Amino acid sequence: MRKNDLRARNHAAYWAFLVHRLSGLALALFLPAHFWALGHAIQGEASLDGFLKLADNPLFKAGEWGLVILLSLHLVGGVRLLLIEFKPWSGLRKDWVALSLGAGLCTGLAFMLSLFS
Amino acid sequence: MSQSLSVVTQAKLWYWQRISAMVLALCVIVHLVGIIMAVRGGLSGAEVLARTQGNWLFGAFYAVFVLASTVHVPIGLMRIAEEWLGWRSRSVVIAAWLFAALLAFAGLRAVYAVVMPGGAA
Repeated sequence: MRKNDLRARNHAAYWAFLVHRLSGLALALFLPAHFWALGHAIQGEASLDGFLKLADNPLFKAGEWGLVILLSLHLVGGVRLLLIEFKPWSGLRKDWVALSLGAGLCTGLAFMLSLFS
Repeated sequence: MSQSLSVVTQAKLWYWQRISAMVLALCVIVHLVGIIMAVRGGLSGAEVLARTQGNWLFGAFYAVFVLASTVHVPIGLMRIAEEWLGWRSRSVVIAAWLFAALLAFAGLRAVYAVVMPGGAA
């Protein structure tokens, strides 16, 4: 790796790119499983309940919590990209990088509060 | 982007990715608020279906959400496959189409499953 590459990677915008890509990848792979789980309702309420009972354990909850955080990171990171691409140029909008981390944190905390309420 | 796609197609994909992102941004905000409200006090099949069955507004919203995801997700996955795996042949486009078909089918099936009054069975 060239020295220049390392410098380019030690930058908030690079980390924002990596978070956006990894969160997008995780969400994309999760979606078919999510749809499959909801599809249980086709066999009626008991089938959906069966799945929800299976999912009612700390491991699943931790996974859901992670996904909710990834979704909010991807949301605000994506809005940042749309602003960069569609609004008049004003740099890499690093304030939105910070904002997406804040949104991820807030959503994660709100979800956890709801889980325990 | 894939070497098997023309520059015009690549530009169109970029555009579709952004337009779908704008729709998804609104959907995701509603979805996140819904999730946080729904998980309070735990989830049960009866509680979920009481909210969703026969709720056509809910169904229309989630159908739009599924279709926007169907556009957005395969384009993003194709980019990752190309940039990180070096998968740039025609087959990556076919794989993206197959993933889109999977999302559309499974997603709309899931919406149907929770919205149909009295259970879809």
